[in-house]
Amino acid sequence: MICFACSEEQTLMKETAAKLVQGAIADAAHQMDETGRIPDDAVRKFRELGTLLAAIPEEYGGYGMGNSPIMNSIILEELAAGDMGFAIAATLPALFLMPVMDCGTDAQKARHLADFAADPDGACGTLAINEPRFRFDPYDLATTAVRKNGSYILNGTKCFVPLAETARRIMIAAALDGTNGLFIVDRNNPGLTVGAREKNLGLNSLATHPITLTDCEIPADDRLGGDAGCDYDRLLQRTWTAIAAIGTGICRASYEYAKNYAKEREQFGEAIASRQSIAFMIAEMAYEVDAMRLMTWKAASALEAGRDAQREAYLARIYAGEMAMKLTDYGVQVLGGHGYIREHPVERYYRNGRGIAILEGMAIA
Amino acid sequence: MINLETPDYLASMRSSMNNLAAGVLRPIARKYDAAEHEYPAELDMFRGMQILGRPKKKKADAPKPDGGNGKPKKGINLSTVATIEEMCWGDAGLLLSIPNAGLGNAAIAAVATDEQLERFGGKWAAMAITEPGSGSDSGSITTTARRDGGEWVLNGEKIFVTCADRCDIVVVWATVDRSAGKSGIKSFIVEKGTPGFKLEHLEHKLGIRASDTGTFVLDECRIPFDNILGSAEVKKDTEGFKGVMKTFDNTRPMVASMATGIARASLDFTREKLDESGATIDYKRNLNNVGSLEKDFYLMEAHLEAMRLLVWRAAWMADTEQFNNVEASMAKAKAGRQGTLITQKCCELLGPLGFSKEHLAEKWMRDSKIMDIFEGTGQIQHLIIARNVLEMSGKDLK
Repeated sequence: MICFACSEEQTLMKETAAKLVQGAIADAAHQMDETGRIPDDAVRKFRELGTLLAAIPEEYGGYGMGNSPIMNSIILEELAAGDMGFAIAATLPALFLMPVMDCGTDAQKARHLADFAADPDGACGTLAINEPRFRFDPYDLATTAVRKNGSYILNGTKCFVPLAETARRIMIAAALDGTNGLFIVDRNNPGLTVGAREKNLGLNSLATHPITLTDCEIPADDRLGGDAGCDYDRLLQRTWTAIAAIGTGICRASYEYAKNYAKEREQFGEAIASRQSIAFMIAEMAYEVDAMRLMTWKAASALEAGRDAQREAYLARIYAGEMAMKLTDYGVQVLGGHGYIREHPVERYYRNGRGIAILEGMAIA
Repeated sequence: MINLETPDYLASMRSSMNNLAAGVLRPIARKYDAAEHEYPAELDMFRGMQILGRPKKKKADAPKPDGGNGKPKKGINLSTVATIEEMCWGDAGLLLSIPNAGLGNAAIAAVATDEQLERFGGKWAAMAITEPGSGSDSGSITTTARRDGGEWVLNGEKIFVTCADRCDIVVVWATVDRSAGKSGIKSFIVEKGTPGFKLEHLEHKLGIRASDTGTFVLDECRIPFDNILGSAEVKKDTEGFKGVMKTFDNTRPMVASMATGIARASLDFTREKLDESGATIDYKRNLNNVGSLEKDFYLMEAHLEAMRLLVWRAAWMADTEQFNNVEASMAKAKAGRQGTLITQKCCELLGPLGFSKEHLAEKWMRDSKIMDIFEGTGQIQHLIIARNVLEMSGKDLK
């Protein structure tokens, strides 16, 4: 039955994630952005919740409680309300393992899921979809895979690959005979080069790297899903839903900060919130954040029902892309000159918000 | 547990309502836009249907509405807004002309006594709030009701009354004590034909022309004492007025759903033309790599989805007996404004087809504009939302 309210379990997880963010991220986020480092402790605290292990089937060492795109969306929003980079870093193993769970062969599942279950804190995998070029489209990849004897040969350049340097394996999205596939490459493969950490507009707390693939040869068995390939559509639907959840979190943080500021800041002898020009921006932020969340949950509901979520995930993502920019812009504007100073987080939300319409495959729902 | 999948019963209801709208309303949409104020006789078929969840006459032995099993039908708000969207996809002006489904009927359903329901439940009831000097500030109305023995005597002027010509009765807002401010405002049922109650004229409007919007003059108009809705007592606080305003928590999502239906009609027509021109809508395309028309289309469809979800949430909250005052305003604020923008943009994308009366797109643009105005303008909705989320009073945030 249709329901717009969280269950007890969902509320509990939401509150747990919020509490974690409040304790380990909220006060540190500015410093994380300035220094480019996310405290290991914070990531470990999130991993200890075992959300990913819970989704992994028992036969591979997990708890076999099933995966919930809705729960993942609720969690991502909370984490991103603290810091976007933290949301991506904390949930990163899922970005690599969920596609394996969805489309991996039995052998791939046995290897990668069991590896993770045996050592959940160890280095895992990451995902490389983005390419550094004008008109980039995840459905029109310039990175290619070609079958040769018992191997695939990969060529191309990727960017914004989260934590590539410390990953054990990197899942590469590449075009193969007119379709799109995913290929698992060992970090130490001689055909793969991880470039120096990128300097970007936002997402500064998170280390992202470019990757170059030069005649990078991998065994045919390392194509995700084997000869059958993978469900690339579903992967994008899940990552689009996730990025919409992250956008919701960023916008909510900007909205709440601007709202509180507008009540405290006095000009002309009264709180600036008492002027409609400010109050109406706050009102718009309030309902647009709700709309973003509902769009995200709509897509997540379709995913959870196991049905094709192409339309819902696409719309949630493009809406989040539009609104992330509009609302984080409002956030800076409400604070005026102070919003431009880095001590206030709204400028960080603004820079990170630009990523929502651009970045592909940074998290998964 | 969060689940925004459309339930099967709602999906099949939407589909049958859409058939009805396509078969009955859409074909006569242009006719009654041109023949402003003429009664759409085709709508007589709806007289016996309970299309907008309006109250049926209560049976004497029916349980009270506040008794356990006398509760409204499950999910009535959600199915009502879903129905409204489909009907407005057919035609908004005609939806507003459906017999016995006026705003007054909603007010009567909410507060009437058994005896009043018996007398008025089956009648077509319009709602008269606005006055020439009192629009958004509905607490400032000047129409008076004076008690004289067993009667009320009403004096004043009411404008922008929907269904003014076709209704049987009108729910009139009037003050029994101007010095008491909002607390003095009560609503009264005035029957057509009552001496001193005159339909002065009908308005000529930008859109929803099928709907007969009119002005009433009340001049020493005498009605029975029992025609007052709710208590005649003037309390110190404004709880009574707040109670009246609560009706809006149910009606605002309905208006927001009207905006959603019209905007969807515009988008569907635009999509049809896009398809004919060979541009396929494919929810995989990167927005940087599509044409300008398609990009606008995708974004408008996303906004449409946002409108509907905000409407459905507000309705669902009403169905689950949660206080939805701010969510109702959010739905109205978003859908009212966005519906206006979508219908404008569709005309632009359609080019000459969007300016010609050969097609309905220009009409939808005219019709949609009212959705950001009546039942509280978009600005009033923003005020309500802002005061609520900022926790500021009307005094602190004017």
